[in-house]
Amino acid sequence: MPARIQPLAITAYTATSAAGRGLEQHTAALHERRSGLIENNFPEHPLPCFIGRVAGLEDVELPEALHAYDARNNRLAWLGLNQDDFFARALALRERYGAGRVALVLGTSTSSIGETETAYRELDSAGHFPASQRRPAVHQPHSLGAFVQAALGLEGPCLTIATACSSSAKVFASAERLLRTGVADAAIVGGVDTLCGSVLFGFNSLALVSPQPCRPFDVERCGLSLGEAAGFGILERSAAQTADVDKSAPRLIGYGESSDAHHMSAPHPQGLGAQRALDDALARAGLGASDVDYINLHGTSTPQNDAVEAALVARAFPATTLASSTKGWTGHTLGAAGILEAVITLIALQRSFVPGTLNARTLDPVCGPQIILDNRERALRVALSNSFGFGGNNCCLAFARGDA
Amino acid sequence: MNLEVVIEGVGLWAAGLPGWEASRARISGEVAVDTAAATRPAPALLAPTERRRAPDSVLLALEVAQQATAMAGRDARDMPILFASAFGDLAISDYLCATLTGAPLQVSPTKFHNSVHNAPAGYWAIATGCMAGTTAMSAGEATFGAGLLEAALLAQSENVPVLFAVYDLAASGPLGDVIACRLPFAAAFVLAPGHERGGASLRLELRPGTAALAPAPSLLQAVYQENPAARCLPLLSALAEPAARTFELSAGPQLTLHTEVGLWLS
Repeated sequence: MPARIQPLAITAYTATSAAGRGLEQHTAALHERRSGLIENNFPEHPLPCFIGRVAGLEDVELPEALHAYDARNNRLAWLGLNQDDFFARALALRERYGAGRVALVLGTSTSSIGETETAYRELDSAGHFPASQRRPAVHQPHSLGAFVQAALGLEGPCLTIATACSSSAKVFASAERLLRTGVADAAIVGGVDTLCGSVLFGFNSLALVSPQPCRPFDVERCGLSLGEAAGFGILERSAAQTADVDKSAPRLIGYGESSDAHHMSAPHPQGLGAQRALDDALARAGLGASDVDYINLHGTSTPQNDAVEAALVARAFPATTLASSTKGWTGHTLGAAGILEAVITLIALQRSFVPGTLNARTLDPVCGPQIILDNRERALRVALSNSFGFGGNNCCLAFARGDA
Repeated sequence: MNLEVVIEGVGLWAAGLPGWEASRARISGEVAVDTAAATRPAPALLAPTERRRAPDSVLLALEVAQQATAMAGRDARDMPILFASAFGDLAISDYLCATLTGAPLQVSPTKFHNSVHNAPAGYWAIATGCMAGTTAMSAGEATFGAGLLEAALLAQSENVPVLFAVYDLAASGPLGDVIACRLPFAAAFVLAPGHERGGASLRLELRPGTAALAPAPSLLQAVYQENPAARCLPLLSALAEPAARTFELSAGPQLTLHTEVGLWLS
């Protein structure tokens, strides 16, 4: 079992998805049970399904110095950075600690492969990239990390983690190690993923896309709805270690990372990998399952994922723990799901509010009493967020509410 | 800030460099390298049918990871892994982008799930039964240095041996217009937190500023310049020779990894 960690303060956080731009719009959409899912309206990706599309990305313009990074994914990153005063807070963090002492760890599954798809649609008659697409920076997985690093003027460790749908959950684990070892004094974490042909037709080829809006944990669920999102957070040593960090900031108290060692695109049937990630997260937090008030589940709405995850929750937690999937609001935002759902979990902790499971009507009988459909008002102290990805890649994050 | 770990095992596969032990003399420049000798590696971990179907990224990463793990004598089931690649599987990216332009409904489900950056990490976990954390990452031209830093701090902070592999393939199709790689290159290292077994000490110190590219064997200049995974050649050179060495690696556009490699102690 891993050793307990010193909690880290999350001194700023933000998310942008189909459910809204920033914390207030997400909170309102969650309260009002307003889904961001719409019928797929990408003319270049004709697939009948529902998507969680972020409106207005086409009109986002990057600063001139960053034009070489122009791509839907980096536009969403830029839009996300500019919500909730995050950009100014990130620059203030850089001033406080120094550009070389702030680490940047971002997660994405597809990065800006959508721009490479565009380049392939625009090949010249000899089959080559047009001049406008001869931008190596966007045609590689690190496009996201390099773009945000340039946008924020950071000079510390910077990496782009890509472990499919757990990518931007694992950024918290990497950041915790960077801070604990003293390699960095603060970290900016986050994740961005955008809709593109590869994911729409790729998930379609695996027969995992629902023709209707997704219904996590519903007995009649028949697949996921894909979405896109950006989210960011700032991690600093907590108030106990650093006097000038706000005591009311929520905290990262644990994490667990594991592998299923089972199958590339199907979960372990008994959820052994997910269980290991959960056990490690609780061990690092120094807590037991009965201390957990809420779990934001991976809950993709695919038949297999939800059955395995629901069975794990039913056997590992008491009935007093509440659990839900919020993908009915946002769709499955893949490599951004970890950070988006971490932010939703922080909203729940800080505002004493538990989102239910949107769109689901009749829970699968495999679900225990923990999984709820309706929203609840309840003061929470500790909450978890689950993220599982292809390759059998699992991450579980543990957060605590800030001191009142 | 210093990190100190021990390199217990090394794996290598590149054009003309089929394995670490077989290539030490070539790395240190004593024997010519035939870069036309590229064939696909055949990692014994995979059954023959799996090997035929597996994408090149998986073959390269598993081959070097298996070599390094065997040399270290470590149990793969318990080791967290970090696989780093600047470009991922370029042949699959080329296939997906080309297929999406003409026949999107024909996208192969196997190629799609093999397209994730962590596909080699997933295949490694399945083949070895590894249930520890597995991570896949990239950091552009600094992928090797940034990955080495991440792997070393994982080994030191969690006090466990870590398997770190780095690979990049030759570019395929139109992607070759923007990605200069013409030769594949892969290497792996088992990094342990202390000297409980044999190995060479590796001391890393982060320094601000842009790293000067350390010299590499002249016969390997082309792959060294073009392939981000081959930026580990100064480390491989140091390990191939019976002398301690100090050099700089790039860990980012404005970040240098001052690197000291000790003698290999058995």
